[in-house]
Amino acid sequence: MLLRNSTFDPAVARARATKYRRRILDMSQHVSALHIAGAYSCTELVDAIYNEFMRPAPSGGKSPDTFLISKGHGCMIQYVILEDHGILSKNDLDEYCTPQGILGTHPDYGNPGIEASTGSLGHGLSMVVGMALAERGSKRDGMIYTVLSDGEVQEGSTWEAILMASSLKLGNIVAFIDNNDFQSLGRTSETHPSFYPLVDKFVAFGWETVEVDGHDPKEIYEAVKNRSGAKPFMVVAKTTKGKGVSYMENVPMWHYRSPNKAEYAQAVAELEKQT
Amino acid sequence: MRNTFSEALYEEATKNTDIYLVVADISPAGSMSKFTTEYPERFINVGVAEQSMIGIAAGLALKGKQPFAYTIATFSLYRPFEMVRDDLGYQNLPVTVVGMGAGIIYSTLGGTHHTQEDIAIAGAIPNMQIIAPCDPAECTDATRWCATQKNGPVYLRIGKAGEPILTQDAEPWEFGKIRYLRKGSDVCILTFGVITRMAAQVADELTKQGKSVSLVSVHTMKPIDRDGIAKALSNHKQVIVIEEHAPQGGLAAQTKQIAWDTKATCRLDTFSLQDAFIHNYGSWEDLLDAHGISVKKILAKVA
Repeated sequence: MLLRNSTFDPAVARARATKYRRRILDMSQHVSALHIAGAYSCTELVDAIYNEFMRPAPSGGKSPDTFLISKGHGCMIQYVILEDHGILSKNDLDEYCTPQGILGTHPDYGNPGIEASTGSLGHGLSMVVGMALAERGSKRDGMIYTVLSDGEVQEGSTWEAILMASSLKLGNIVAFIDNNDFQSLGRTSETHPSFYPLVDKFVAFGWETVEVDGHDPKEIYEAVKNRSGAKPFMVVAKTTKGKGVSYMENVPMWHYRSPNKAEYAQAVAELEKQT
Repeated sequence: MRNTFSEALYEEATKNTDIYLVVADISPAGSMSKFTTEYPERFINVGVAEQSMIGIAAGLALKGKQPFAYTIATFSLYRPFEMVRDDLGYQNLPVTVVGMGAGIIYSTLGGTHHTQEDIAIAGAIPNMQIIAPCDPAECTDATRWCATQKNGPVYLRIGKAGEPILTQDAEPWEFGKIRYLRKGSDVCILTFGVITRMAAQVADELTKQGKSVSLVSVHTMKPIDRDGIAKALSNHKQVIVIEEHAPQGGLAAQTKQIAWDTKATCRLDTFSLQDAFIHNYGSWEDLLDAHGISVKKILAKVA
């Protein structure tokens, strides 16, 4: 398995996750609303992809591996990591959602580090399949990583792609489901009980599938490291929407809202305790 | 036309290993068996899953490939519309979406298999280019062009089988330029796609009546050749538009816009499908006739 890091330090990963959450929190103070809770639920997943899995870019080039965020509304976490890697600038992030800026609430193909335009759910996985096919066709060893929301797995188009990825034996795909159990109108487990168990469904469709605690960097790292590589790989990650800030956790209004000054101060205090 | 499409695509695929064909359980006949045998890794059948067909084509293009997505027109454009809009249009990727059997060629299959409004729908998407060849030879030129262009997405609207060659005396094909199949000075017929065969019959009849007739293939429906159409409007006393498409967003509507913008003074008659689903069965000609389009009906109105 071709990974960026052959050694893994969970303390370092946890420190990065807290740093990224704090950076998103700071950005929230410049805009009236942003998808903060959905970015916090996949923070450890996207951190692992960029900082443990994707191989570094050669100087002046791109990583041989690709990350496409299928749940486009979670892209705040992608933006802050791209800033950390020097692919986006501080200025790019400061101008988030402003007339002079390039970054919006959903990722836009053509911006530095953004591999596809997402935001409409159910598009990402088919594009991932096409990318993985292109890598194979070009005899390159590039891995394609993606993160889907759990609500997005209700899209029929997602299942079309799930069927094709395994039929084509695309072992160069690693997908994560940010299974935070929340969508706009309630808890998925209550509105769509037949949605579960998720793991069985992917196994039935021919994917190698594991379930992990999506906020435990070690579990995420080991799951991907130990995959067989013969089939597309699905990580069903149990996560908490708004993870890291107590009053945001599992509270639906934080799907798209910015903290006020008092809320911001409390969130900063809570995140600092985690460092 | 689908056979010449597959022959041209096979030839291009032998020259360019970036060409992929993604189909949704419908495959072009002709040379496609050579393509699938010789380049199996570049022929992807997604099954009856058109949204995925477009998404996979987009993913291939995002990695530098030159994909074609192919199925019956209703299913290549209508079913996966949002994928065509977002994945191809918004990202501006060089993917050719082939709408086979477009218009009302599938005459007995009913409204689920008719594409009466595809030009309007595809044309409303920013970045989308549209080509609708009038005969198999033009289809070959268009396919070759699609296989090498990098501008962005193309909707290639093609027929099915048995279309006559109409371009043997025509000027060379050029993307974005109207093409005179015949040149005259009195009457000009503007048309595109499979119905050009009927337009040619109308031209024959008008010629027999002693008129000097131009017959024009407006094969590139987006970006439309505004200057070329404006010249046709100013150089002829009478212009007739014949299209196998709904009245909104097709060639008739766009020709009228250009006529207004350029203060054209010629007589202008247009023949489009009605803004109505077709519940009739029979031949292609029978269905067109039910919507007021036949050689006889056109000749009666333009007299």
